[in-house]
Amino acid sequence: MIVLLLFLVPLIGGLLSFFIKNDKAVRGWSLLVSLIVLFLLIASNTFLKSTAHLNFSAPWMGSLGSSFSLKLDGLSQVLTLLTSISYPVILVATWKTEYRKPNNFLALMLLTQAGLMGVFTATDALLFYFFWELALIPVYFLCSGWGHERRIAVTFKFFIYTFTASVVMLVGILYLYFLTPDHSFSMQSFYALKIPANTQSWLFWLLFIAFAVKMPVFPFHTWQPDTYEQSPTAATMVLSGIMVKMGLFGLIRWVWPIFPGAFHAWGDVTMSMALIGVIYASLIAIQQDDLKRLIAYSSIAHMGIMVMATFSESAIGMQGVLMQMFNHGINIIGLWIVVELIERQFGTRKLSQLGGLAQKAPALATLLVIVALGNVALPLTNGFIGEFLMFNGIWSTNTANTHRIIFTVGALISIILSAVYTLNMIKKIFFGNTNSLTETAHDAYLHERIILGVLVIIILVLGVYPQPLLDLGNSFVDVLMNNVNVANLIVK
Amino acid sequence: MNALLFSALSGVIMMFSGLILKNNSTVRMLAHILLLAVIIVNMLELKGISLFNIDTKELLIFDRFSLLFTLVAAICTLAFFLVSSKDMVRIGSNYPDYFALLFFVLSGVIISASFKSLLMLFLGIEILSIPLYILTGSDKRNLKSNEASLKYFLMGSFSTGLMLMGIALVYGATGTFKTGVPFPFELNKVPVLLIAGMMLLLFSMSFKVSAAPFHFWTPDVYDGAPTVFTSFMATIVKAAGFIAFMRLFNDVFGAIQPQWKLLVAIIAAATLFIGNLTAVFQQSVKRMLAYSSISQAGFMVLAVYALNDDAREGLILYTAAYSIATIGIFGLLTKMKDYTFEGFNGFAKQQPVLAATMVTFLLSLAGIPLTAGFLSKFYMLRATINGGSIWLAVFAVLMAAVSVYYYFRLIQAMYFKDGTGNISIQLSPSFKYTMVVLAAVTIVLGIFPNLLINWLYF
Repeated sequence: MIVLLLFLVPLIGGLLSFFIKNDKAVRGWSLLVSLIVLFLLIASNTFLKSTAHLNFSAPWMGSLGSSFSLKLDGLSQVLTLLTSISYPVILVATWKTEYRKPNNFLALMLLTQAGLMGVFTATDALLFYFFWELALIPVYFLCSGWGHERRIAVTFKFFIYTFTASVVMLVGILYLYFLTPDHSFSMQSFYALKIPANTQSWLFWLLFIAFAVKMPVFPFHTWQPDTYEQSPTAATMVLSGIMVKMGLFGLIRWVWPIFPGAFHAWGDVTMSMALIGVIYASLIAIQQDDLKRLIAYSSIAHMGIMVMATFSESAIGMQGVLMQMFNHGINIIGLWIVVELIERQFGTRKLSQLGGLAQKAPALATLLVIVALGNVALPLTNGFIGEFLMFNGIWSTNTANTHRIIFTVGALISIILSAVYTLNMIKKIFFGNTNSLTETAHDAYLHERIILGVLVIIILVLGVYPQPLLDLGNSFVDVLMNNVNVANLIVK
Repeated sequence: MNALLFSALSGVIMMFSGLILKNNSTVRMLAHILLLAVIIVNMLELKGISLFNIDTKELLIFDRFSLLFTLVAAICTLAFFLVSSKDMVRIGSNYPDYFALLFFVLSGVIISASFKSLLMLFLGIEILSIPLYILTGSDKRNLKSNEASLKYFLMGSFSTGLMLMGIALVYGATGTFKTGVPFPFELNKVPVLLIAGMMLLLFSMSFKVSAAPFHFWTPDVYDGAPTVFTSFMATIVKAAGFIAFMRLFNDVFGAIQPQWKLLVAIIAAATLFIGNLTAVFQQSVKRMLAYSSISQAGFMVLAVYALNDDAREGLILYTAAYSIATIGIFGLLTKMKDYTFEGFNGFAKQQPVLAATMVTFLLSLAGIPLTAGFLSKFYMLRATINGGSIWLAVFAVLMAAVSVYYYFRLIQAMYFKDGTGNISIQLSPSFKYTMVVLAAVTIVLGIFPNLLINWLYF
């Protein structure tokens, strides 16, 4: 039951937000809604942890073979936790950002959250597709309505890309539906399918492309830097912190267990695509002068490593991916918050126009450095654990020896590159001499410090004691590996 | 049966009402009441209560499918009346006659959805077409309207000729006009006469529903006709064409599917391709909608291709979803002065409620989930994949993705671009309420399609 509330509360809260005209009131209301969701999620992980609360199923479009079923398992718990922590953080961090018609803006933000919660919990493929689009439409309006100068064309490109890929996925889902003996869209019947290898081989791509565009994997990434740059920062945080995880989530939930054969057979191809993206994006990130584009490219690189680890088909890599999905979300939202503070204060995002901020804003500098180190995956930060597990996974890939050496070495090089652009960014913003623009800078406000402080605490705690997060995903990884192994045995 | 008689009778009443009623609003009121009566008797018949029964000598059949479609068509006509009937005043002085002609079209729609004999198919299509030729040319002082009417009439009569020839050939091969009768020959030895007749019927039906490559008349006629009547032609009439198309191929040629399946698949793919790609380049919303009606027709041809239960249910849903959305958009377009995309710039700031309803209609046409348009496309895809062609389905969704481009251009103009001039249009509250209700219906059907589809069975 509680899993239904995770979706309903932001949905209803969002719809009500449209009607609250007062600026302060609507901000308070949306923060309240997001805090309620966070509370519900914590409750579902602690004192309301029974199956009755974690599952929900109701008849819906019975004649179509679809039902309204939601479920919280390890994978969805990690991602819903990320979503429900991110939302209050984002709302507080952008508390002072001016919006035209804040009620519409925040309503669309909450509707996006409803869509995300649905995507992460749906166990019915048609329902999953519904939520997938439900999360996309409000984001389209957010970015087109409140973004920067080139917003309309850029957001449109983003929308067309994702929509095209997702309708292709719909055809794939429909085909799977006709393969099921009882004609149903439920996850269980999809998992129970035994699809011949050559059918798997092309069906895999119908679904994979939808997720590859969302993540994005090279060469489907071209929408991403533009969209991140042109969107309002709050929407960018949702896009890069949470939404890109939808792609990875889809891969783990709707591709791997259904097509284990094709997943293995195409592993080398997809890992190569991801690796090219990782190196390519890192090299471009080093060249960037615009803060937002820099972080956007760094995000492509990090997602690429997660994709590689997923395709390594190992339990340990999967653990790493689960950890890193959460950690990357936290870290990148932290980075965006700093970008937002800088842009609001100086009206620019150009690295070349900034400098010497550390003297003027010591608190901000300290907090950013820690977040950035988490992003580089330095030991004692959360990023380290996830990346370490993932490299371990990539190394134990079930493929030819030369391939896995290339993959692992390539992924490791990306860590060095990521240190280069991240530290370069810190140097250019915070150190060196102040200029006319940064001369009069002030430090972060108290609520901004608190919110960055919360993120820093999460980063450090998970860096030292990652066990709670590992436990959350543990049972899921076991079930997943079991499913996949059984399916592989049958195919062989 | 009852609806057909009521509708024909209403046409006659409306024709003579002009002699007695001098006030336009009284005429309008009368038309609404008569249409409501048509809807009510049809609903009663669907529930098994028939006011009177006439033996049609097996020329017409009123099964649940045709009754349900009649209901959809009549309700959409009501929506059309509510949204657009006031704008008909501006076209010419023969206000009651327009209603009379619309009622006659509706009678034609009902006959072509319920034929049991090829003669009735011909009769239905003709009854439906002739009033439309007149309505297209009703703006007598406008050259474009005259041109459109002539073009439509010439092309239309030509295709009717093809249809008649096709019917004659089919009669020659089978010896009967009745549909649903088994062929008097073995299925592996189909006579050439029948194939030729089938081809002629396929071409003339494709012409009527503006499927490629028989679509060339559509943009010019839709563009030239007075906008109010374009709305009616592009929705209810086209939907009726599809119902007849599907009934014809199901009842008569269902047994020889291998002979025409590939051809219909090609027609569907070509229609989707041409309709969508050409719509992208339009600068006028009215022409864009004309091409969008071709592209939507491409999706509906898939129902003829698949011919299974999904296709039947889906086609009913599709006609309802498509008609409601298109009537809504045309309803607003009629009131606009500038038909270009730029004419809609900044519309959302001035009319937030109407802009929201327009977004619902456009999302429905584009096939975004939670709208009726999505589910109807979904049914078509399901029917196609079930009918054995996944690649046709993939092609169809890729074309649907192209359609997002031109539908969203209108959304962008309304919401994200600043208006240059003032869009000062007179909108009555009743118009707004109707639009909101239509948008609500679009969303409700998108979540609970069974509200409509269950009527097919219980």
